[in-house]
Amino acid sequence: MANIGYEHVICDPDKCIGCRLCEYACSLTKTGAFDPSMSRIRVVRIEPVTMTAITCRLCEDAPCIIACPRDALTRSQEDGHILVDEDRCDGCGWCIEACDFGAIVLDPKTKDAAICDLCQDQENGPRCVEVCPKDALELTTPEKLRQKTRRAVVARLFEELLEQ
Amino acid sequence: MMYSYTGKILHVDLSTRKSWVQEVDADFLKKYIGGVGLATRLAYDNVPPGADPLGPENALCFACSVFAGTTMPVGTKHGVAFKSPLTGTIGDCLSGSHFSEMFRRAGWDGIVITGKASDWTVLFIDDDDVQFLDGNRYVGMGTTETQEAVRGHFGDENVRVSSIGPAGENLVRFALIDNDGRQVGRCGPGAVMGSKKLKAIAVRGSQPITVADPEELFKETLKLIETSQGPGTAKYRTLGTPSNVLNMNAMGVLPTRNFRETVFEGAETISGEYIEQHHKIKSVGCSGCSIACEQWAEVREGKYKGSRIGLDYEPLFAVGSNCGIDSMPAVIHMVQIEDELGMDAMSCGVVVSFAMECYEQGILTKEDFGGLEPNFGNDDAAVKLIEMIAHREGIGDVLAEGVRRAAEQIGKGSEHFAMHIKGLELPGYDVRSLQTFAMGMAVGTRGGCHNRALSYELDVKGVVDRFSLDPSRGKMHMEKENFACILDCLVLCKFLRNCFDDFYPDVARIFTLTTGIPMTAEELEEVPVRVHNLKKAFNIRQGWTKEDDWLPPRVLKDPIPSGPSKGAVINPDDLRVTIEAYYEARGWTSEGLIPKSLLIELGLDDIAEDIGVEEAVADIAGSE
Ligand code: SF4
Ligand code: SF4
Repeated sequence: MANIGYEHVICDPDKCIGCRLCEYACSLTKTGAFDPSMSRIRVVRIEPVTMTAITCRLCEDAPCIIACPRDALTRSQEDGHILVDEDRCDGCGWCIEACDFGAIVLDPKTKDAAICDLCQDQENGPRCVEVCPKDALELTTPEKLRQKTRRAVVARLFEELLEQ
Repeated sequence: MMYSYTGKILHVDLSTRKSWVQEVDADFLKKYIGGVGLATRLAYDNVPPGADPLGPENALCFACSVFAGTTMPVGTKHGVAFKSPLTGTIGDCLSGSHFSEMFRRAGWDGIVITGKASDWTVLFIDDDDVQFLDGNRYVGMGTTETQEAVRGHFGDENVRVSSIGPAGENLVRFALIDNDGRQVGRCGPGAVMGSKKLKAIAVRGSQPITVADPEELFKETLKLIETSQGPGTAKYRTLGTPSNVLNMNAMGVLPTRNFRETVFEGAETISGEYIEQHHKIKSVGCSGCSIACEQWAEVREGKYKGSRIGLDYEPLFAVGSNCGIDSMPAVIHMVQIEDELGMDAMSCGVVVSFAMECYEQGILTKEDFGGLEPNFGNDDAAVKLIEMIAHREGIGDVLAEGVRRAAEQIGKGSEHFAMHIKGLELPGYDVRSLQTFAMGMAVGTRGGCHNRALSYELDVKGVVDRFSLDPSRGKMHMEKENFACILDCLVLCKFLRNCFDDFYPDVARIFTLTTGIPMTAEELEEVPVRVHNLKKAFNIRQGWTKEDDWLPPRVLKDPIPSGPSKGAVINPDDLRVTIEAYYEARGWTSEGLIPKSLLIELGLDDIAEDIGVEEAVADIAGSE
């Protein structure tokens, strides 16, 4: 199969209402308690109406893997998410610095890095996507996203043409 | 073992800069739950009888929702109770979003603030560490400006802030407390905070919120999140509450020109539909909210270009139709400055419309207004008046006292059209054309408020004849009042109210999944009855009398002049009879006092000692 990028969770900022239910749900799933600071997805609201949710994008050439001095990070052969080897990770935080999306959290209890694992163990897929009330979150690949964007732009062009 | 709750109430005395922790047990918490219930209990216990609302003895009591910070939709909220500087009765309010979550994560079920700081202070609650920081540098700043500055000081977005604006500093009696654009809005909590020289409360919580059964709770809440995208909330998700403008106008209920009329010729241009077409930016939600009712609107051209704010129905009526103003840009601008100055847009709008009527009737003159000519519809004058009120300049100093006290000072018959109940300015529904609701507000424990009872639904939906009163309304209103009260204790947003199959059993179960404390539907149903009696007990102890349960003269004397509700007026005899029927439904005496036996039955034995009356034999005989 041609490499068409890994599936990851993206957020449509036009749909996101900033409710942070995705953070609540993520932290509950991963830690058993509601604790947004441990959520692998975070919602950023820079002013009242401008907001979006961000999580790991499963970069093709993942800077976090490259940055880790102890080779604690590897990629899952199955779905490409970043695996943290807890024996190797010593919580130094180089990966956090390397990630452009602030997608990695440091668990204060285990002192290890924690990264979105696409809720592999969950029947219905990522909990954040499941809980999002506005369908702002989506599990997608760069290729699927490109297809969707193309369709949307063509639909809009034709709409404009038809209106004229 | 209890979950979510911590059993800890933080007490802070600003005078001595001391704090201490009160431990409470599961039985206590189960009785009041949280939010308005717990806050009211704390207010009862901490505000002495006869307290000056603006004195150090008043207590500002915060209580978190048991669902704050969880996936229970619209539950990330908190309640606040205090003695209101407008009404002298209980001021019980709600707010929500990030502050509530941090409050819960800081590990407190409640926070009680008493005393008065010697200089402007920012209270910083960092988990269980309490700090008193210098607040002088924030004086004069607006509400959101203060929050950003305080957060900037810590450089941490996990610090969430509740603050007052200039209006609170200047003790405007209807000043509010703002947190992230959500507000502890009515009854003047901002004035209480200002009187304590407390500019802001910053909270940072780092503790995980544990719940009794995470998986089951997630399942239940997921179902509710889905239902909350359905027909039960359609109105709130599309146009939001501003959709009321045209509906209320069509029914002849929209207060216009200080409640003189109930149909506004300019309703179209201040409607939800108009916002959607010309001003809407986006709908946004509070933290933990799946509905997103808040309609953000901006002005794109003209003299108010650049103004933007989240709009609701109440401010629209208050500074729109009720001031005779039909310009949406002006309305957006006024609501924005009211929010930033830190005043309740409802009370403030009604105060401005009162001033306009004083001017049009010649009771106040151009000189009194410092050269302004505030005719109805004059938005420039209205904007100026709002600023004068917040800063207590000129006539603004009188108006900042609220319409009841302003009318007492101004006199000359202005009392006739001072539109308040117990001192709290009326909300956006003309009560002559919604009479069950009128009676409900007359007996309301916090005065002219639509949110502590939902009985307008009976009138609006045609369950009863909205133009008349009869004793059957007493019990009907009580039931609506109880339902509103349980939502306020939990705290759940009222917009979720139509999303449950069977409210009490469903919510009792979710409560237990969250807290681990067993709760039956019957026990849950008793909570609002207990809490309502508690609010009433607070008022009785602070000097309430039967005469306070009454309506402003205009709605008892002036029939509605035109439109679909033409001729409607409230008959005082019918009102009196219905109020007594309500007292009876509550199990109170005909004087509206609470029998000892009832308080004991509700588990409020200590309060029975304070204010309970022996069942007066004469009383019962008299009512037969
Ligand atoms: S953690 Fe950050 S750097 Fe690593 S793959 Fe995910 S988005 Fe890329
Ligand atoms: S749950 Fe959805 S709407 Fe809510 S903050 Fe997350 S992405 Fe945005």
